[in-house]
Amino acid sequence: MGVKRRVFLIGGAALIGGGLFAVSWSERAATRRAAKLVGKDKAGVFETWIRITDDDTVTIFSPHVDFGQGSLTALAQMAADELDADWSKIVIESAPVNAAFANAPLAKGFGGELLPFSIPPFLKGLEGSTFALIARNIPLQVTGGSSSVRATGQTGMRVAGAAARHALIAVAAKRLGVLDAELSTANSKVIHATSGRSLRYGELAADAAEMTLVAEPKLKVASDYRFIGKPIPRLDIPPKVDGTARYGMDVKLPDLRVATIMAAPVRGGKLDNVDAAPAMAIKGVEKVVKLDNAVAVVAKGYWQALTGLRALSPQFSDGGHGALSSASIAAAQAAKIKTDKPDNKSGHGDVPAALAASGVKLVEADYAVPFIHHAMMEPFALTAHFKDGKLELWGGVQDPLHTRKAAAEAADISTDHVTFHPMIMGGTFGRRLPGFCEIIGQVVRIAKQTPYPVKLIWSREEEVQQGAYRPQASAHLKAALDKDGLIAGWTTDYAQSGDAARETRFVYDIPAFALRHYEFTTNQHDGAWRSVNSNQNGFYSESFMDELAHAAGEDPYEFRRKHLRPGSRHLAVLDSVAKRSGWGTPLTTGRGRGIAMVESFNTIVAHVIEASVGDDGRPRAHKVWSSVDCGLVVNPDGAAAQIMGGIIMGLSSCVDEAITLDKGAVLQSNFHDYPLLKLAEAPDVEVHFLESDASMGGLGEPGVPPTAPALANAIFAATGKRIRQLPFRSQAKA
Amino acid sequence: MAIDMQVNGKSVSIEADSDTPLLWVLREELGLTGTKFGCGIGACGACSVHVDGAITRSCRIPVGSVAGKAITTIEGIAAPNGTLHPVQQAWIDAQVPQCGYCQSGQIMAAVALIKKTGRPSPANIDEAMTNICRCGTYPRIRTAILAATGQSIAARGGT
Repeated sequence: MGVKRRVFLIGGAALIGGGLFAVSWSERAATRRAAKLVGKDKAGVFETWIRITDDDTVTIFSPHVDFGQGSLTALAQMAADELDADWSKIVIESAPVNAAFANAPLAKGFGGELLPFSIPPFLKGLEGSTFALIARNIPLQVTGGSSSVRATGQTGMRVAGAAARHALIAVAAKRLGVLDAELSTANSKVIHATSGRSLRYGELAADAAEMTLVAEPKLKVASDYRFIGKPIPRLDIPPKVDGTARYGMDVKLPDLRVATIMAAPVRGGKLDNVDAAPAMAIKGVEKVVKLDNAVAVVAKGYWQALTGLRALSPQFSDGGHGALSSASIAAAQAAKIKTDKPDNKSGHGDVPAALAASGVKLVEADYAVPFIHHAMMEPFALTAHFKDGKLELWGGVQDPLHTRKAAAEAADISTDHVTFHPMIMGGTFGRRLPGFCEIIGQVVRIAKQTPYPVKLIWSREEEVQQGAYRPQASAHLKAALDKDGLIAGWTTDYAQSGDAARETRFVYDIPAFALRHYEFTTNQHDGAWRSVNSNQNGFYSESFMDELAHAAGEDPYEFRRKHLRPGSRHLAVLDSVAKRSGWGTPLTTGRGRGIAMVESFNTIVAHVIEASVGDDGRPRAHKVWSSVDCGLVVNPDGAAAQIMGGIIMGLSSCVDEAITLDKGAVLQSNFHDYPLLKLAEAPDVEVHFLESDASMGGLGEPGVPPTAPALANAIFAATGKRIRQLPFRSQAKA
Repeated sequence: MAIDMQVNGKSVSIEADSDTPLLWVLREELGLTGTKFGCGIGACGACSVHVDGAITRSCRIPVGSVAGKAITTIEGIAAPNGTLHPVQQAWIDAQVPQCGYCQSGQIMAAVALIKKTGRPSPANIDEAMTNICRCGTYPRIRTAILAATGQSIAARGGT
């Protein structure tokens, strides 16, 4: 089946003298594959847009949003490579927030391909959107290494680029009176080498856009890549060093008002009453808005709004959660695990038999992690203007389509009457996923009561106390070592809100393994924190693996090797990091090395951390080596940055971070009591990629999970103290 | 009340309550949104600017206290012809920013550090660069500061 062509005007801009390629197809292998993964949903359409104007500017419309992960540049690299475009004339823009750019079947297909599971619960509301891809995987790398993956929709950008190139050649052949085969392309030109003639893409684009594009153009082989695999500087960086990048916080509009808000301190509580007078007495304050579970103050500027809000004494109910505390959650989770009645289980082999076999050595340990907060540097800020029954919104969220829908629902108007302008985000790490963005409903309800556009800014205090935290969780791990010191059986019992099985890939080759989940809900969101459940489960598994190694009297690296298949990607990654870090060589007194490997989001990452413990008991990571297999790497420099960032964020979270509840409310309120790692404590990080033919893996998240266990294992190596509870803080004090 | 000051080399007169933090005057009155709001308690440094050349967290300083002083923001450090400040260029060369939200403050802190020390040592950098970056760009910030001051560097962080 051929490719349908259509004209699509972006942002109302007329395309004068230029061509706009709109590639769309429904029966490609990619879609077929996606359709197969999602069952009968066969009518999937994947669309990607490339615009070439007569000045040779090539604009790539990305369905993804920017929160610093570099994927937009990687996408442009892929499209430009196949198009043989002049990189200096590449522009990338976010696609308009329109369902035409959404692609549910393919998103589901990706979800399935990446994790062999369906879209997980925390992404509910994202389905039906191409943005699911980025939210699911924060993919700096959007293409994969194996041919099967290249054939799927994730190569949409490449296929679109190649199809457009094909059309440009065809038009050039006609004009030059030569055969297509006599022509080549380079730097946005079609070249006829024998006659020395050439035509610019800009001259050809209008006619080429009239052509029916080939559905399955030939893609480049790796040896022909010009941009893929190269450390091309990111396109989004220059405006981020001169103050010109515009985040949701930076929206400027005529007559703009600013609001700030306080929701019930105990999540689940309601606003009982509030006297607006003290706020109204503050100069610049214009309105106090009461919402179901929050109170907001609208003013000329943020400072006046905040001063007004702080003058109020709102009374909130506790929603029946007034007795909840971190301690009560931990105790209840530990008790629940002991019931031996899991809500979900997976694994293989006969674990009870393996644990009960005669002559085995049993090892058991309890682990626990607290709630942790995303702490994106840009607090939530969303601007809404309600006028004549229509709503306009500006801000940074991970799923613009969902935002449009949620805003329409809150305003009680049709989605067609909502325009959303996505802005870049000052971090998200899972915080700005749909389902957690209460700010959408808040700002819409406030805007409905004001004639002006209103920017709702969450204070840092609101941000810290109303988070969508990584759940607090408890685990009990138990394993049996056989007479040869090999693992005969292993069980992980864990209690938390939400089943973590889909983010918990057990990488070792052992006869029997069981992962058993005990559901335990609190009044908090079931949050998705960078790397989601791979995070705490990686901490349990890889710390416990170390415990087993020591119980078996083995070196932790060698012990892991014995439980990995020869020739496997996992073994290659582990060997790589051990070799690069000088595993087994002498260390400065007081220092220890820890090793850990976790596979998450289809990417295998192993770290070695060299660490010591200060006199105050605080761990200090001096150096981190990381080896990564994520398949093909599109932009090695950006890829390394993502792994590095994941490591630093992982260190920050396991050394210091904890959100604790008391009487149902969060105790922490800002960076003074929720401290993040600073530069002075950031280690050197060396990242190495093992290129493989494996299918694409993510890069934004997989750097995180091995970090906490590698540090815990290093602390053990340095001090002999095994720390099973996060955060580490001063637990290693002698 | 009217408050006079210099912002990025220009004289400005602002009508504001003197206790309003400088940050909000810069962002909302003067439209200089390159200076960011992060925490409001002077803990993260996203709002860092120079006041008479000294690094200052603008979310904690009342505008009344900077009357008559010279303020420089991220919008004011490039050369008049638009050439980036060497620190800004170093930030691009080292591909430092990820989300970028904290980077205006990081750059202002680095410019102040370099002005003070010339060629900051790694210890100087550790001591002075206390702004928070959640994306974890710290190793590249180190690299960029060393590069901006002509100091040899082993490798870009995270390589």
